[in-house]
Amino acid sequence: MVGGGLAVVTLRNIIHSAVAMMICFGSLAGMYALLGAPIVAAAQVLIYLGAISVLILFAIMLTQAGDANLPAPFHRQLPIAVVVALAIIGLVGWAVVQTDWGLALEAASGSVEEIAGALFTEYALPFEIISLLLLVAIIGAIYLARRPEEDERAN
Amino acid sequence: MGIQGYLVVSALLFGIGVFGFMARRNAILMLISIELMFNAVNLSLVAFNAFLPADANAGAVFALMIMAVAAAEVTVGLALVIAIIRTRQTPEVDQYSDLKE
Repeated sequence: MVGGGLAVVTLRNIIHSAVAMMICFGSLAGMYALLGAPIVAAAQVLIYLGAISVLILFAIMLTQAGDANLPAPFHRQLPIAVVVALAIIGLVGWAVVQTDWGLALEAASGSVEEIAGALFTEYALPFEIISLLLLVAIIGAIYLARRPEEDERAN
Repeated sequence: MGIQGYLVVSALLFGIGVFGFMARRNAILMLISIELMFNAVNLSLVAFNAFLPADANAGAVFALMIMAVAAAEVTVGLALVIAIIRTRQTPEVDQYSDLKE
């Protein structure tokens, strides 16, 4: 899975990067299932593999000018980016390994019914706010992606 | 594998996302890197949910909400990127230098 993530950021062709992203998300769904969260694994497959990957592939197809001359994939921030990413990995990894978590060594699993009950009772207000946020995002995306010519024709 | 393995994987994925966001020139690939970072945070949330005994379901619920917010974010982000690419004719972010003095 980490290999898939590395392939996402290093491959030169952006379509190959998108396919590597799908591999990475699929193996993440497997990790969620291993952690005893089947509902999150199912949502990962539905939302990321089903919706977001297709959306990103569509965007790539719409914007690619032809793969004859692929430009250089990295810009001149590359050394800074390497340093920052390694610093983040090192610091967080060191903190994780050093901390004595003192937790259970075996993963506990929550059932789908319990999660659904919590989602619609205890977390009902964030749930509704997220539905409103999705509506706003859809309207904004339609407004932004509209072509300017259609705008003039409508007037 | 205990919680540390999952958290280390999560940190690696987040670092890869940061690297991709800062180093790549393609605007769509920067969005994909943001998605990688979202997924890293999601993985750590689900791992804490599985191993922490406190509240049995909070982590899974938060992970689902983060997925919804990520879907909204990528929708608006891709619409913006497509609008910019349509006017600039290039997806390379270091050529968007109109606001430079």
